[in-house]
Amino acid sequence: MTDDVAVLGAGMHPWGKWGRGFVEYGTVAARAALADAGVDWRDVDSVVGADTVRGGYPGYVAGATFAKALGWQGARVASVYAACASGAQAVNAARTQILAGLADVVLVVGADAAPKGFFRPAGGDRHDDPDWLRFRVLGATNPAYFGLYARRRMAVHGDTLEDFAQVKVKNAAAGALNPNARYRKTVTAEEVAASAVVADPLRLLDICATSDGAAALVLCGMDFARKHGVRNPVRIRAVSTVTPTYPNTVLDLPDIATDSAAVVEPEGVTFRASIARAAYEEAGIAPEDLSLAEVYDLSTALELQWYEDLGLCGEGEAAKLLREGATAPGGRIPVNASGGLASFGEAVPAQAIAQVCELTWQLRGTAGARQVADARVGITANQGLFGHGSSVIAVR
Amino acid sequence: MSRTRTPVVADWFTGEGEDFRLLGTRCSACASVFFPREDTFCRNPGCAGGELLSAPLSRRGRVWSYTDSRYRPPAPYVSDPELPWQPYTLIAVELEAERLVVLGQAVPGVSVADLEVGMEVEVVPGVLDEDADTTWTTWHWRPTGVAA
Ligand SMILES: [Zn+2]
Repeated sequence: MTDDVAVLGAGMHPWGKWGRGFVEYGTVAARAALADAGVDWRDVDSVVGADTVRGGYPGYVAGATFAKALGWQGARVASVYAACASGAQAVNAARTQILAGLADVVLVVGADAAPKGFFRPAGGDRHDDPDWLRFRVLGATNPAYFGLYARRRMAVHGDTLEDFAQVKVKNAAAGALNPNARYRKTVTAEEVAASAVVADPLRLLDICATSDGAAALVLCGMDFARKHGVRNPVRIRAVSTVTPTYPNTVLDLPDIATDSAAVVEPEGVTFRASIARAAYEEAGIAPEDLSLAEVYDLSTALELQWYEDLGLCGEGEAAKLLREGATAPGGRIPVNASGGLASFGEAVPAQAIAQVCELTWQLRGTAGARQVADARVGITANQGLFGHGSSVIAVR
Repeated sequence: MSRTRTPVVADWFTGEGEDFRLLGTRCSACASVFFPREDTFCRNPGCAGGELLSAPLSRRGRVWSYTDSRYRPPAPYVSDPELPWQPYTLIAVELEAERLVVLGQAVPGVSVADLEVGMEVEVVPGVLDEDADTTWTTWHWRPTGVAA
């Protein structure tokens, strides 16, 4: 039973490979969000940054870096790191400050200039880091895990390579309509099938790329929004940041093994499903209420998994939902109307914020050619390495 | 020239030939099993904490899923950039007694075409890579139908 927080502004730097620094991307996105909100930067009470690594600097930086770039003005500052869930945790930190009365207006920013190719752990001989170990001992890249999930779905649920390809076809068609997306060309199933296998059974076009990009939000309390002349803002009703429950029985990045279920019986749902469940409970909303969903499609097969984990359909029924067109534009519950990571690529600290930007534009009815008709309720879903849940529900 | 045989990670596996085992730990208080081994605290949230004792895992399990790596993984995976890339297969294996899933490379020569979810595999000693002084040893999964 939380109070709502208003989304006053949303902004992005277009995603792609731009060859510039993350500070520039984040500052462009922040200025866009402030302009969208009609808020002067000097009136922002607090800035929350989703962290990235600054080249050559042994640490994670964000909040103060963006504040300096925008011009020091004395705002409260926080920086958060939660891998792919960093953006959602930044939104949550901002929301918490607003609801606690510590700030009226908070700027949330995430930006990155991602390296080309596979994500890899930091250097050194680091036997205490599970992420380092999975590369050293197994050569298990992120796509290797996506391949394992995809093959498992094929064996257990009967998903096909054609189903996976159709997720890419759907998301590429949506991304072609999004000016902030990196890839703006439609893709055919034949093109997916003709692309090189990366990690069997998944091909290059089944797996999302790495990108440069940035996203920003201006959040405020409902009173501030009304005083600011915004009577019916998009509202954030829930932010799920849950951890898994022991024993976590689905093999997950970057782990080499699952928890054992020999002594403690697993309760309830899987970690991914628990992320969404926590958001639904906090918002008092059910899957049937949703107008759209932005999910974390690191691979085509993983998007199908999210359909089930979000409760859009029963276990094993995701491919059927896709084949029926329910998750396509104009369907009952469009998924990744933005084009998803398939069209954006990964800019880790920005992507969970970018998902909320898309919900904001969709719920305002200003998403242009990719608008979901009469959108009222949207959910985002994401998952951060090392057990960080991430889901946001926004309403209008 | 002879190289020293050294496990890529200390104390994750033990033994030779038929006696080769993955080595986890078991909590003396709640009997929970951990792999990779947990040596500091029992991670069962309902456990007050016990001594963590070495515990060999089951030799055989069933394929939970599998994939391969058609592109050369980045460091710290070790491979010779001068040589053409040879994909290897990864298998996630469900151990019935421990009720956990362990990832590992397949023995060289086993490709995804040789595997099916649910197939029985066993753990065998293997070589991960070599440098001038050291042969780094590891564990491999091998379908039980395949001869050594
Ligand atoms: Zn214990």
